Amino acid sequence: METAKIGEAPLAGRKRTSSQTRDHLRAVLFLLPAWVLLLVFFFGPILLTFYFAFTNMSLTGEASQQLEFVGMANFSAIFSDPNFMTSIVNTLVFLVFSALIGQQALGLILALLMNNRSRTFRRMIGALVLTGWVTPEIVVAFIFFAFFSDSGTLNTLLGTVGMEPVKWLYEYPMTSVVIANIWHGTAFSMLVYQAALGGVPKEVEEAAMIDGASAWQRLWRITLPMIKGSVVTNMVLISLQTLGLFTLIFALTGGGPGVQTETLPVFMYHQAFVSFQLGYGTAISLILLLIGMIVSMVYIRLLKVKI
Amino acid sequence: MSIWKKSLAVVLSGVLAFSLSACSSQDAAGGDASSGKVIKVAYRKFGSGNKGLENWLKSSAAEFEKAHPGVKVKLVPIQASEADFFAKMALTMKSPATAPEVVTEDTFMISSDAAAGYLEPLDRYVSGWDEWNQFFEPVQRGMKAEDGKIYGVPYSTDTRGLYYNTNIFKKAGLPVPWQPKTWEDVLAAARAIKQKVPGVTPFWANVGKATGEATTMQTFEMLLYGTKDRLYENGKWVVKSPGFLDSLKFIDQIFKSGLGPELSQVLTGQAGDIVANQMMPQEKVGIVLNGNWVPAAWKETGPAPWKEGTKVYQFAPMPTQHGEAPGHTSMSGGWALSIGAKSKEKDLGMEFIKIATNKEHQKQYSLTQGDLTPRKDVAEDPEYMNAPGTVFKQATSFLEFTHYRPGNSQYPSVSTQIQAAVEAVAIGTLTPEKAMDQFAQNVKRMVGADKTVEK
Repeated sequence: METAKIGEAPLAGRKRTSSQTRDHLRAVLFLLPAWVLLLVFFFGPILLTFYFAFTNMSLTGEASQQLEFVGMANFSAIFSDPNFMTSIVNTLVFLVFSALIGQQALGLILALLMNNRSRTFRRMIGALVLTGWVTPEIVVAFIFFAFFSDSGTLNTLLGTVGMEPVKWLYEYPMTSVVIANIWHGTAFSMLVYQAALGGVPKEVEEAAMIDGASAWQRLWRITLPMIKGSVVTNMVLISLQTLGLFTLIFALTGGGPGVQTETLPVFMYHQAFVSFQLGYGTAISLILLLIGMIVSMVYIRLLKVKI
Repeated sequence: MSIWKKSLAVVLSGVLAFSLSACSSQDAAGGDASSGKVIKVAYRKFGSGNKGLENWLKSSAAEFEKAHPGVKVKLVPIQASEADFFAKMALTMKSPATAPEVVTEDTFMISSDAAAGYLEPLDRYVSGWDEWNQFFEPVQRGMKAEDGKIYGVPYSTDTRGLYYNTNIFKKAGLPVPWQPKTWEDVLAAARAIKQKVPGVTPFWANVGKATGEATTMQTFEMLLYGTKDRLYENGKWVVKSPGFLDSLKFIDQIFKSGLGPELSQVLTGQAGDIVANQMMPQEKVGIVLNGNWVPAAWKETGPAPWKEGTKVYQFAPMPTQHGEAPGHTSMSGGWALSIGAKSKEKDLGMEFIKIATNKEHQKQYSLTQGDLTPRKDVAEDPEYMNAPGTVFKQATSFLEFTHYRPGNSQYPSVSTQIQAAVEAVAIGTLTPEKAMDQFAQNVKRMVGADKTVEK
């Protein structure tokens, strides 16, 4: 391809344009299947979601036959639903502790510790951390259920040092799901930061060291600003992922006890598929989408990065 | 080189698109119709609890296939907790590609699923069916949706009451046989057990959202219908009432005073299995508020064989709140076989239903699954009435004062709000008053404030 273009370059203008249109046509032709698939399976559902959010759609009963447009009724109901506010707070707590503090900080620390270490060390630690990442969410849920349950690993360990068993999933449900999610997701942040740190030129750090900068100053003034782009990308990615997390929480606590771990996706599932209110559930999903967008914009603004 | 890459991309995307369309067309074919016709029978499968149901459907299918050569019956088990089952079933019935000919319907879903157009009216089938009048009249009435049409043939009914452990009661100095007259009697017995028999859960009832309708019916409605108030009256949902509040307060008292089970045991979807297969056979629980089917778990073929089960745990009627007439209360529901409105072989589906609900198969079902029979001729059968290891006799006597759930298409949605209120009170995150407020608010949103009333 490249060689052919170079060869064509000195030819007359008219010929070039016709070959360009042909290239364009070809590109469109090749993109067409992808576009069709995107339209049918991606944009279609999104448009439908917008529509259903303003209807009384239901999974059973009269409303499932006669779809009615109800305007803003779903949204005004959502904002007066006390469980909605609870689930917003739960979602934010979960986001801050498991994604921002947990995965982000832990991932960065791991990457920093592994930076400039021997290859064997990096490989061993990397493999260990990656175990969490490659384990499917539902399996992670089972592992942590076995870990936290009444006669589970954690309580057995506590028992050997003479401590009373604790009902982790009932007394500390949010802490439990946060820990499970940190275990599952940290590897991703670690990989992103490892790649980013690898791109920081050694000379800059060495120069700072010669100028007498402490390790902390070097991290804060040199390293972090240089990987700012990766920090933001990582924050956006793991935030969106955490906002939409469903399987882990649903399988581990089912949103319970009560509504103590009911984050927005679990709340949406309960409304749409347990209480059969599809329209209401869809409206909640739109709000979730909106929150994801806002959170991403805030990060980008705060750190003044262009993506 | 580049041409190769391009053609590879084209081929790959073509394969992808083709495989996607292939998936959907395969679904539309509806199973392996290699020769002749296939009817699908969908039912809920869970834990260890319903082997009796599965065996009954299998033997009915065998008889059906013998009577209709060339027609195959495909059993479609739906693995789900009670709370998730109805959504899965609704999604299956929504599309002609997946709609099963025959489905097991919990009777509280009939109005709602009929209104949704998922179920086929059976009037034209049962009008000419000489066995239809073998079914008890109140159970028959439960098959009708709000449009007055019949949407199912019942295969089970039930009542609910209090199981109490006679050994534990004796240790606690409580009378056997036990005949509680008021809610206070029940609480007093539970307190006595807590005080005198350590290591035993005094009182057990479903209180989780995961146990779905069981929480609403076995626990909340067993309390509410023992007060002066009801859930649905004159076409309106009673979203606030003294009886509603007192029912939640009863649950609050049980858990606040440490009379209830561990939350980790009772809030899971397996709560029913845990109490019937473990806690009761190990005699670790004093009083259990539950349905008549529990002893089926202790049959020789059941998950927790226990010969003395129904001697150790006896079945007493649930008292009304302050002993108001008629003194006792119970709730009845049951299950029915219905026909999917969007299925193809409806006539064959009905033939299957007729075989599955005939006297012989009905008796087999009741005896193995432990449900009460909806058929008069089975109920009179001595083999049924005196079946060892069941509580059929007492349970049938509860039919005198039993109640049925509102046959309203909004009931399933309202029921999930009751479950949320009960769980919140049981774990102590909401006071009974607050939980009732939230219930009222949510139900008003779901059904419209004009269809609710506060007392």
